[in-house]
Amino acid sequence: MKSVEELKAIREKALKEMSIRDNEDKTRIIVGMATCGIAAGAKSVMSAFIDELEKRNIRNVSVSMTGCIGICRLEPVAEVLEANGEKTTYVKLDAEKARRIVAEHIVNQKPVTEFTVGAAER
Amino acid sequence: MVYRSHVLICNGTGCTASKAPEIMTRLEKELAAKGIEKEVKIVKTGCFGLCEKGPILVIYPEGATYCHVRPDDVEEIVNEHLVKGRIVKRLLLGDKDAEDVAKSLENVGFFNRQVRVALRNCGVINPESIEEYIARDGYAALAKALTEMTPSQVIDEIKKSGLRGRGGGGFPTGLKWQFAAQEVNDIKYVCCNADEGDPGAFMDRSILEGDPHSVIEAMAIAGYAIGSNQGYIYVRAEYPIAVQRLNIAISQAKEYGLLGNNIFGTDFSFDLEIRLGAGAFVCGEETALMTSIEGKRGEPRTRPPFPAVKGLWEKPTILNNVETYANIPVILLKGADWFRSIGTEKSKGTKVFAVGGKINNTGLVEIPMGMTLREVIYDIGGGIPKGKKFKAAQTGGPSGGCIPASHIDVPIDYDNLIELGSMMGSGGLIVMDEDTCMVDIAKFFLEFTVDESCGKCPPCRIGTKRMHEILDRITSGKGEEGDIEKLEILAESIKQGALCGLGQTAPNPVLSTLRYFRDEYEAHVKEKRCPAGVCKAMLKYTIIPDKCKGCSLCSRKCPVNAISGEVKKPYVIDQSKCIKCGVCMDTCKFAAIEKK
Ligand SMILES: Cc1cc2nc3c(=O)[nH]c(=O)nc-3n(C[C@H](O)[C@H](O)[C@H](O)COP(=O)(O)O)c2cc1C
Ligand code: FES
Repeated sequence: MKSVEELKAIREKALKEMSIRDNEDKTRIIVGMATCGIAAGAKSVMSAFIDELEKRNIRNVSVSMTGCIGICRLEPVAEVLEANGEKTTYVKLDAEKARRIVAEHIVNQKPVTEFTVGAAER
Repeated sequence: MVYRSHVLICNGTGCTASKAPEIMTRLEKELAAKGIEKEVKIVKTGCFGLCEKGPILVIYPEGATYCHVRPDDVEEIVNEHLVKGRIVKRLLLGDKDAEDVAKSLENVGFFNRQVRVALRNCGVINPESIEEYIARDGYAALAKALTEMTPSQVIDEIKKSGLRGRGGGGFPTGLKWQFAAQEVNDIKYVCCNADEGDPGAFMDRSILEGDPHSVIEAMAIAGYAIGSNQGYIYVRAEYPIAVQRLNIAISQAKEYGLLGNNIFGTDFSFDLEIRLGAGAFVCGEETALMTSIEGKRGEPRTRPPFPAVKGLWEKPTILNNVETYANIPVILLKGADWFRSIGTEKSKGTKVFAVGGKINNTGLVEIPMGMTLREVIYDIGGGIPKGKKFKAAQTGGPSGGCIPASHIDVPIDYDNLIELGSMMGSGGLIVMDEDTCMVDIAKFFLEFTVDESCGKCPPCRIGTKRMHEILDRITSGKGEEGDIEKLEILAESIKQGALCGLGQTAPNPVLSTLRYFRDEYEAHVKEKRCPAGVCKAMLKYTIIPDKCKGCSLCSRKCPVNAISGEVKKPYVIDQSKCIKCGVCMDTCKFAAIEKK
């Protein structure tokens, strides 16, 4: 270790890998991964979320899974749960839509209304 | 690669003994079977402190904490939680029906009353990964000391923090460093006391197993502060996992250049070596420890000269305890004022206690100084099993004493404990309920010191033996008039005459039980009676004829055929045959057997 900067660089990298264990003030993206979800392609949606967050170096958002939410016909389904309790349910997702949710909802804090369950049911 | 989930498995000694390694192998297998081994990261951690509920497993991002996990549960955890995202509620620690996992732990007093400073990383990071330590601000304090502070500024900060030694004596750490820094010598040493001889204490082991880098970093900081380039960690060989993790940590630190020459490009160099102890209690005493590191028989010597002047190989040396060191990096990073804000007037910061004995949540807890014994026992410890009454708690192990129920609301700090005739010691806290005989407890601790006395000085070698003989007599119902007074005279002379701390403190358990429970000693000596019903020689099991239904169960269970009688008529115990095992009392369905 030749300098303090070197230490900081290691710290940044390691922090990124460990951020998943930090549960406070986090936005959570929960992907439905029951049989219905997986059959409809939930796995690639989930990977897209993880990948996009990673690319953008976003740390305060975690991605986890849940079972069947009960709207199988609209799968793949994901919920974005914000730290303030705000919940948005997105339906009929694919990898591309997942990336847009990260860009618009997570980064710019504008929910993508056209993908929400409300829009689909109309 | 970013993992979507981290599974933390406790690999402390407690959980390792309750099959954590097998759980880990099963987990690897199940993850591979489901094809998700690349999405889920398995992280080995140190002790969570709740060993009694182990093995402990925590899954993130949900933060679900599972307890008492058995290898056979692994498949369900993988299928339900990791594949389908459904929490396995039956294994959750705390409130199993909470709507949200994060909430399940909210009311677990064991966790939410603790303040974790020394244990900040235990159960949180993988102790075998230097990167995870660095992520949690590891080595940042060393960087700060080396690049922004002078050695005397480091010492001033530690002095100002009010940190006192966590190994027993409670000597101010900054002052100790200052004494060694003042000595002019090319060679000085920094030593770490990881001998942990107090029976029942295991916080030092847990820190070494769960966060070895914190000790390494602190020792390097100490080296910079006093002007030393070489450190030794003296750890008992009975701690194989701690030794192994320390070895890994030291080599990682060397690889990263955090030990070795010109750390952070400065002209400060520091190296560390481990020395294994054979596990003698006296080797925890500072002069004996250094003699042992030198390769000689671990016997103490008189002080002065103090180690700060003439220590290891006659060079100026500081010796601090593992937990003391674990506090150092945080103090430098967060500042002395932050540290001073925790604790009482003369005892700053936190203290880790190994809570054991008659208590529901045995384990490791870190509390702010000044918390009361009641809070530790009832709020964190979950109270006494079977609704029994609290009688006393022993702190300071064989050098300490007991705190009786009447003082349960005294804030725990160095000075209050001394005033009560006990001491902080290294943090062993043994809880005793109404069924404990205090004379027997005193005998137990004295037996330990008799065994562990190194034999160099007569007061300790012979005196403790004589005291033990008297206690043995008293507990076998052969106590004589004047025995209690003899104990007191012996105790005082040993305290004054013994060479080292071992002998000087050995009589404490007797003196403190005499102080609070003299009536129990008197009952043993004068009435040949053990009020708690523990000392077998004085016990008599008898059958109460009115209550006995003559079912014959006890006579069939008695291992020595001491009970006889006719069915449907009261049975009797033949006292000459009875070995006082108590089986009859346990089996009787009519509470017809009495123990007196
Ligand atoms: C008989 C005896 C045993 C001791 N055992 C230990 C021990 O196991 N661990 C420890 O840290 N200190 C032990 N000590 C205290 C050490 O002598 C020394 O005071 C301490 O390690 C200093 O570190 P500290 O100021 O950080 O507490 C023992 C003392 C005596 C007299
Ligand atoms: S060893 Fe696992 S909680 Fe202590």
